[in-house]
Amino acid sequence: MIPEIGNLALNFALAIALLQFILPLVGLSTNRWRLVLLAKPMATALFIFVSIAFAALAWSFYINDFTVAYVASHSNRFLPTAYRLGATWGGHEGSLLLWVFILASWTFAVAMMSRTLPAMTRARVLAVLGAVAIGFLSFILFTSNPFDRLLPIYPVDGSDLNPLLQDPGMVFHPPLLYMGYVGFSVAFAFALAALLEGRIDALWARWVRPWTLAAWMFLTMGIATGSWWAYYELGWGGWWFWDPVENASFMPWLIGTALLHSLAATEKRGVFKAWTTLLAIAAFSFSLLGTFLVRSGVLTSVHAFANDPVRGTYILVFLGIVVGASLLLFAMRASTVSVTSWFGALSREALFLWNNLILAVVTVMVLIGTLQPIIADLLELGKVSVGPPYFNMVFNILMTPLVFLVALGPVVRWREYSFSELVVKSRIAFVLALVIAAVSLLGASGKTGSEMAQVYLGIFLASWVTIMTFKEWWSQANRKSGFKWRKVNTSYYGMMFAHLGLVIVVVGVVLSSHLSVEKVIRMGPAQKQEVNGFVFEFVGITQRKASNFDALRGEFKVYKNDKLLATLNPEKRQYHASGQWMTEAGIDSSLFRDLYVAMGEQLPDSTDWAVRVYIKSFVMWLWLGGLMMAFGALISILDKRYRSRESK
Amino acid sequence: MDPVLKKKLLFISPLAVFSVMVILLFTGLGKDPTQLESQLIGKPIPEFERVTLMDTNQRVTDKDIKGPALLNVFASWCPSCYTEHPYLMQLQSQKAVTIYGLNYKDTVPKGLKFINDLGDPYDTIIFDENGRLGIELGVYGAPETFVINAENKIIYRHVGVVTDRVWQELIKPMLVDDLKGNTP
Amino acid sequence: MKQLTLAPIKVLSLLLIMAVSALTLKAEIIFYEFDDPVLEQRFNVLIQELRCPKCQNNNLADSNAPLSVDLKDIIYEQLHKGATDDEIISYLKARYGDFIYYKPPVKPSTWFIWFGPFALLLVGSFLVIRFLRSRSTTQSSTDDNTEKDSKDASMKLVEQWQSEAGDND
Repeated sequence: MIPEIGNLALNFALAIALLQFILPLVGLSTNRWRLVLLAKPMATALFIFVSIAFAALAWSFYINDFTVAYVASHSNRFLPTAYRLGATWGGHEGSLLLWVFILASWTFAVAMMSRTLPAMTRARVLAVLGAVAIGFLSFILFTSNPFDRLLPIYPVDGSDLNPLLQDPGMVFHPPLLYMGYVGFSVAFAFALAALLEGRIDALWARWVRPWTLAAWMFLTMGIATGSWWAYYELGWGGWWFWDPVENASFMPWLIGTALLHSLAATEKRGVFKAWTTLLAIAAFSFSLLGTFLVRSGVLTSVHAFANDPVRGTYILVFLGIVVGASLLLFAMRASTVSVTSWFGALSREALFLWNNLILAVVTVMVLIGTLQPIIADLLELGKVSVGPPYFNMVFNILMTPLVFLVALGPVVRWREYSFSELVVKSRIAFVLALVIAAVSLLGASGKTGSEMAQVYLGIFLASWVTIMTFKEWWSQANRKSGFKWRKVNTSYYGMMFAHLGLVIVVVGVVLSSHLSVEKVIRMGPAQKQEVNGFVFEFVGITQRKASNFDALRGEFKVYKNDKLLATLNPEKRQYHASGQWMTEAGIDSSLFRDLYVAMGEQLPDSTDWAVRVYIKSFVMWLWLGGLMMAFGALISILDKRYRSRESK
Repeated sequence: MDPVLKKKLLFISPLAVFSVMVILLFTGLGKDPTQLESQLIGKPIPEFERVTLMDTNQRVTDKDIKGPALLNVFASWCPSCYTEHPYLMQLQSQKAVTIYGLNYKDTVPKGLKFINDLGDPYDTIIFDENGRLGIELGVYGAPETFVINAENKIIYRHVGVVTDRVWQELIKPMLVDDLKGNTP
Repeated sequence: MKQLTLAPIKVLSLLLIMAVSALTLKAEIIFYEFDDPVLEQRFNVLIQELRCPKCQNNNLADSNAPLSVDLKDIIYEQLHKGATDDEIISYLKARYGDFIYYKPPVKPSTWFIWFGPFALLLVGSFLVIRFLRSRSTTQSSTDDNTEKDSKDASMKLVEQWQSEAGDND
């Protein structure tokens, strides 16, 4: 009964989405105001029906209704409740339903929070969002329906959720990611509305900015969660592999970052209007492209949700139509809106131009590297692999000048700035950063020249940006009449958090990559071994039973200078339903190092175990920096300028 | 260039680039991105010496592989090999082509059971217990079949099951063409 | 309730699994013991940069597929025989192609990967610089007139907000 309600709700939702798309646009072109005003109630209705459908699927998992095919293949009687709910989006069909649910939520939010927006604009924005919903709802209903039943013969128990996904990180990662991905549809819709109206102005930019900030914030958290999950779950201490699916989430993030900066310039100075519009279209386009890459089977990936060319064709056609139409609209209308005011070669506008150029080039680089197998196949160039050695090298080279410029952004004023003044303001910070980086190398003994150079560069950039950011903040907060926190507005603090978060990530990347230690050691119970100044004691192994797995649980104590630092409990689990074995690492995290132990295998004819020990330096800085960036976005959204109640 | 035209070209370029990308992605649909091409095309069988599966006292070397022939990589742990084997039996009964076998990463008892249960279409079966010969050949799974021409060079490596269609439409024409090319 | 009565069976099966795992471990050993830490470091780097030929985008470090283990064995042996990193990589490439190494080679068919981004950056930088330079001559009243012409009510409103909030960012 409930699955049928869910299915029916989806059908209703599709009908409403169609109306939401068509009616307001018809109303606008035929001057029928009532039709135009229907946009908002339609959006509300869409949200209600999609919510019903989503709730129906979640309920089916909660009660473990194995007559529903999707539940049967992703759940199990002994799967803990929390993971059953997470399993709702653990597979292709359910994750698409999550996608649409989040789209309907954003649409609803825009409908509700747009009182000061002219009704015509709101109608266009909601119509565009309706069009996107049509695509996804029909995709679900025609090719990927989560409510398909297994009647009349259904299993008494399900296949269980993939053990890799039975983890809190994996429960939060998709929703956060989708809130970001899908959130860019709002900026996309606003861009198209502006092109349709033939008008882009500072007011439009002010409107779009908080929505874009929110989407970017969620995407940052989504990517950070995924990376953190890979680190602690996969057992080898890695956190980014440049896998096509990872790249699919990173490209919208890069474009989104460029968009945030470009939007600021459009809002403040009325410049880059056409470019900002293009970026807004591009950000969501990359989200759609990512959805395609992950589900079509064109690329090899550990993460791929589905490998179905039929579904892939459907998404590609949808992508082609939506993005193609948007870019056509852009080609036709963008020239009418691009009027640019002057700014000098050294100005904040110019710096944002460089920011956008570098981010665009990096995005293209990631795209081409990801699509290379398809290109090579088409042009018969022979099969090569493009992986971390390539991406890490090129990415780091391209990002270095960008991170360098981050320090200058807040200092250099809008419109024009004197180069000599910039030099005076920054020369001490520059030298100081060089010195700090040199000092940090003292901790990096025994490394190759190339590694030391990378550590040096990373620490230099981080110090440089940090010093300049605080220096500028201090002078801003102190101007005219002594220090006051509030002399600097909320949005400025947001920017500070975001920039500092970025360089904290840089420090985490550089130090964890080059200063970490990894060793496979053979240990028997009650034995101790020293690794890099830490003494690891293998206490022993016990057995543990959970509802859907059995575990061998190791106990390790870690000492430094004879002081007990941590007790770690890595496990090897066997899941009942699938028989699959999983390794869970035991991790002790602290600010400057993670102690990480993963049990390998028990050696034959022995009680000894092969154990992997990692001492991961500064790896926490990666997640902290990511959180900080997201926090910066959050604070910026709270700036009171976005809550002004003026209407025109 | 006329500045108005220049601007028009500029604004239409994103659509142009996007269209190229969509076409590219279309070509990628339906293909299998995990297929690898053999590095040994045009080269002889690598030098080796192994025992045979049927008689572990007997040795077989690369000199014993004489084309035109197929070298079929199989194993008792490979499900598709069970599907493929009857057709190989058929090919052998028709005397269509000589087939050599490579029992890959298997044990003697299990390999023998496979042959006893399903039949022996092979001229000789090379026993590659640790899979090192497979690595020399660039094998990355089973079943795989190497097509060897009259000059004992590898001209193709087929990944997956050899079906009637594969034989008729792909491998046999290759061998025929090769023979024609080498007969003045 | 069912779970309680199955408990002894579960323990037995766990022990059985352990025993079986111990037997099958022979094929799955991922323990490579090194006396020389330099060799161990080289090994760790190599197995992260080499690809498992049959996996869905995994390096050898992350894969326990039988083929991956065999390849790791080969790398281990060759390191101890004194082979250089390049020699080991070439050995594997000769059998599995460039595909097996995650760093694409630099040859005409991969120039667009290696040089494309930098070429793009150079061209883009050139265009940006040219754009910035071309405007230095128009820093005059003509530009301000254009600004005045296109200024609309919304721009005025935004400027008012800015002066209220304090234009620090």
